[in-house]
This record gives sequence, structure tokens and C-alpha cells, in this order.
Amino acid sequence: MIEARGLKKSFGSIEALRGVSFSAPDGKVTGLLGPNGAGKSTTLRILYTVLKPDAGVATIDGDDVCASSMAVRRNIGVLPHTSGLYPNLSARENIAYYGRLLGMQGKALDMRIDELARLLDLEEVIERRAKGFSQGERTKVALARALVHKPKNLLLDEPTNGLDVMATRALRELILRLKNEGICILFSSHIMQEVAALCDEIVIIGSGQVVASGTPEALREQTGEEGLEDAFVKAIGSAEGLL
Amino acid sequence: MGQIFTVFRKEVTDNLRDRRTLMSALFFGPLFGPLLFAGMISLSLQRSVGESIETMQLPVSGAENAPSLMAFLTQNNAEILPVEITLEAAKELIDAGTEDVVLIIPEGYGEALRSGTPAIVQLVSDSANSNARKNIRRTESLLRAYERQLSVQRLMVRGINPALINPIAVEDVDVSTPTGRSILLLGMMNYFIIFSMLMGGLYLATDTTAGERERGSLEPLLTLPVERWQLIVGKVLATCLFMVLSLIVSLLAFSVSLSFVPLAEVGMASNFGPLVAARIFFVMLPFALIGAAGMTAVASFTKSYKEAQTYLQVLMLVPTLPIIVAALFTLKPTLALMLIPSLSQHLVITGLMKADPLSLSFVATSFISTFCIGLGLLALATRLYRREGILG
Repeated sequence: MIEARGLKKSFGSIEALRGVSFSAPDGKVTGLLGPNGAGKSTTLRILYTVLKPDAGVATIDGDDVCASSMAVRRNIGVLPHTSGLYPNLSARENIAYYGRLLGMQGKALDMRIDELARLLDLEEVIERRAKGFSQGERTKVALARALVHKPKNLLLDEPTNGLDVMATRALRELILRLKNEGICILFSSHIMQEVAALCDEIVIIGSGQVVASGTPEALREQTGEEGLEDAFVKAIGSAEGLL
Repeated sequence: MGQIFTVFRKEVTDNLRDRRTLMSALFFGPLFGPLLFAGMISLSLQRSVGESIETMQLPVSGAENAPSLMAFLTQNNAEILPVEITLEAAKELIDAGTEDVVLIIPEGYGEALRSGTPAIVQLVSDSANSNARKNIRRTESLLRAYERQLSVQRLMVRGINPALINPIAVEDVDVSTPTGRSILLLGMMNYFIIFSMLMGGLYLATDTTAGERERGSLEPLLTLPVERWQLIVGKVLATCLFMVLSLIVSLLAFSVSLSFVPLAEVGMASNFGPLVAARIFFVMLPFALIGAAGMTAVASFTKSYKEAQTYLQVLMLVPTLPIIVAALFTLKPTLALMLIPSLSQHLVITGLMKADPLSLSFVATSFISTFCIGLGLLALATRLYRREGILG
């Protein structure tokens, strides 16, 4: 369960967030939708504790992201904008590094990695070094790394970036499966179709503010538009940066 | 503790697999210094040893004009090569570097000598040519010696005591031992040791900070429930390990390469044996922390891998400064100087190499001071790592 209330953040004179509030419940997929530069990544970065908000409060499973950042970090799995694997380490070593830093070890860790490799169809490449991985393989390893400690909340920053159709589909199926396990999933995207296909709740962000939120149906009703894309354009006020 | 070790182990494994890191950290860095150093000592020994024993070849134009001078030169180990050239031609020869020095004796030489007016001889040389300097100096001093011999003879013929033209006799009392003269050489050796250590840690310090950020692996790492100081300590320890490995390789290389060089000739204890090497290792050990933490702090301040490397290359020169100052002012070790990293190691190692070790309190001060400054830099690196801006 992720909750954000009135998050503000400036970088120098640029106001990246101007009071962002929303909540992402457990067992649901929540999509942060918005054009490039709307503040999606900044919001996620505050939630996964690498940035501190200038104002506002955010909690994950009741823990404040600033005051109890260590507790928050134990309960989240993060897939940032770039996969950030270590090219000289194998897929298994990349995942195991995070597992160990999260306090796992020995056989339990090995078995968990085997399980994730099966789940993400990584068995063939699991012992190979990450240097030559395709974008899809990199994303899958990074996702396995994020899931190694079975987090109750998963934050994904544009996870389908650079993935081909097959990999995108596989990722979508995985997200749905994790959702059915009761995990709270929050992911950002600027691709409307992707959000429409996956999300139970949509939060539309434009210029650092939430401009609309709700289920896809509710959004269509709010804006009075037939299609979701039109609803999105109307909510943001322009088609800029949509495609 | 476990997390620090996990970070340490990952950084070591990761970098051991990087051939570029290995080559520069454990091969080029530590081997460059000892080889260059041994080569330089051998060269400078070749130049200075056996100055007057060796026969010097001296091209002389107009040798027939001065037979007794020629006899004097031959007696003093100069082999006269009679040539017939003009001053201009001689200049060209010197310019081209074919000859170090050419002596021209004009036709009027004998005449002038007989009539008691100064007889002119022309010594053609290039004083900017350091290779020729030895032969130039030798020829000059031979000529001066001959001139002196002639003046003494002239005075004696006239019944005057030659001692009269020496109102003052300067007696040189040189207290410098061969040892004292080797300070510059030792300074260079000590810098090479420090240099190889810094080279050993350079790639790790950049890779674990600026490199990690540029690769995009820093952001997910910071979302883990690990304190940032633990990350930094793990990374700095990994850098320290590589620096220490590099130090070991460098000391081994020094002890092998210096075994071919007559160290006693330049005033160092004649052996760079296992005991001296082990002591130097111990003296240099705390410098690993200062270097690793310092480079990590600088690298975490920079925005990119390239920027980090640029700054670190400048940083690598900083430890030379105290050594240069020490060499210029021939600083004697004092307890206060032992507080300065790099300088204190330099002075302690110099003592070891001169077989004149400093007292234990000096060595301990150097060790503790360097270690504490290292801890301070580690704290600074941690502070820099805590900034939000670290993500770039």
C-alpha cells in the first residue's frame, strides 16, 4: 500500500512536483501516466527513498519514506529507469548481490534465484555475464533482482522501455501474476495503451500535478470522452509528449 | 558488518574480472616505477663512475703546434685524435653531436708562449649537451692543470716562490656522505611506490562511484536497506585491497630490479632485501586508506567517469609536493614532520634505505597520523555520498 500526500520537489528553480497526492492499494496495478518530464520519475524516486520531498508525506505500508526509510526499503522492490546491472557479474551474481545486501544467504538465496529464473524465463542466461545481454534480458534480470526478497510493493519506472513485443507481453503477464499474489504494483509509463491494458487505477500526472485519477472507466466518465486516449489528452490539456 | 563484506567482495570480484583494471593496477602501475628507477640509477652510475680512469678521445686541430701540451694530455689519459679543421667546421661537428668537444690550437700558439703573452687555445663545445658535459669538464680541467704547471715553471725560472701567487688556500671540507647525495633518488623511489599504490586504486575509486552512477547501477543500490556509510566503507576497503596488492607487486619489482644495481655506489644500504621490503610495506600500509578514501571522495564529487579520472590524475601528483619540498630543503626528520602523510613515509623509508632507521616513536607517529587522516577522508567521502546530488 503506497500513499502520497501533497508531494513537492524543486530542483533549483524548476518545480518538478507541485503537490502530488494519490494512493496505490495492495493487489492492484496502479499506473502513473504522463508525458515526458511530467514528474513521474521524481515521484517514484521519492517513494523509493533516494530523493527527499521538500513538502508532503509519503508512506509505504504505513512507514514514512523519510523517517523510516530503512523499513520502507525492506518492503519495496525497485526497477529504476535503467536496469543498472554489473556487466562483469553473471545474472545470478547480480541478483545474489542484492539478495545478500537484503540479508539473504546460502541455500535459501540460491533457491530463490532458481525460482525467479524459472518465473522470468532466465534459466538459459542465468550463469552468463550481463555484458552481452539484450535489453529484454537486462530488464528481466533487473526485475528478478527487485523481486529477490519477495517485496510487498513493487515500483517500476517505465519498465517496458526498449522491450520488444514478446518481452512486453511476458512482462505484462508477470505483473498480472504478481498482482494476483496481493502485491501493490506502481508503475510509470508514457504509453497510454500499456497503462490501459494493465492498470486497475490510473493516476495522470501533468506538469508536476495529478490532473485526474481513478479506474479507466471512471476517467472516461470524468472527462466525458469515449476513448481513454482522448480522456488522457483532455486531462493533460494537450497532446504534447504523448507518443 | 556482513553488508560491508558483501559490498567489498562484489567490488573485488567485479574488478578482478576487468582486464583493464588489472593491467593498470597490478601491472603497469607497479612495474613502471621500479624499471624506470633501476634504469636511471644504472645510467647515472655509468656516467659518473670511472671518470678519469677511462681514456677520453679528444680531437685536436693543430696538434703539431703544441707538442708538450699534447704530451701532457696523453699522460693524463686523453687520446689525441689529430684533425685538420677550421673553427667553423668544428662548430658544425659539435652542433651535430658527432663530437663532445674539439680543441683547436692556432698557429701562433708557440710564438705567444715564447713571448710570454697569453697563448690562445680554442675549446669548442656545447654546454647545453648534458651527455658531453663530462668530457668538457675533463678537458677544461686538464688545460687548467697544464696552465698551472706552466706558470709554476715560469715563476721558478725567475726565482720566485710559486706559493706567492696563492695568497689564500681554500680547503674543501665536505661533510656530505654518499648517502646524503642520494636524497633525490630516494625521493623518486618513494614517489614511485606511492604512485603505484594510487594507480592500483585509481580504477576502483572511479568505478565504484562515478562509474556506478554512470552505469545507472547506483540508483537501485541506494534503494536497498543498507546505510550509505556501509556502502562506502565496503568500496573503500576494496580499493585499499587493490592498492595493497599493487604495493606488494611494486616492492617485489623493486627488490628484483635493484638487485642488479650497485646501490652502495649511490649511498643506499646495499640490499633491498626481504626485511627492508617488509618494513617499507608496513610503513606504506596506512597510506592505502588515505589514498583510497581521498580518491573515492574526489570521485564522488564529480559528475562523470571522465571528470573523475581527470581530477584523480591531478590528485596523483599531490603526494609529490612534500617529497619535492623535502628534497629541495633537505629536511631532517622531526616529530612534527611525521604528521604529514607522504612526507613522513618518505622520511621513514629514506632512513630505512640509508640503513639509519628512525626511532619507533617517529614511525608510530607517521602510521597513526596517516591512518587518522585516512579515516577523516573516509568520513568526508561518506558525507559526499549521502548527498541527493550523488544521483546526478
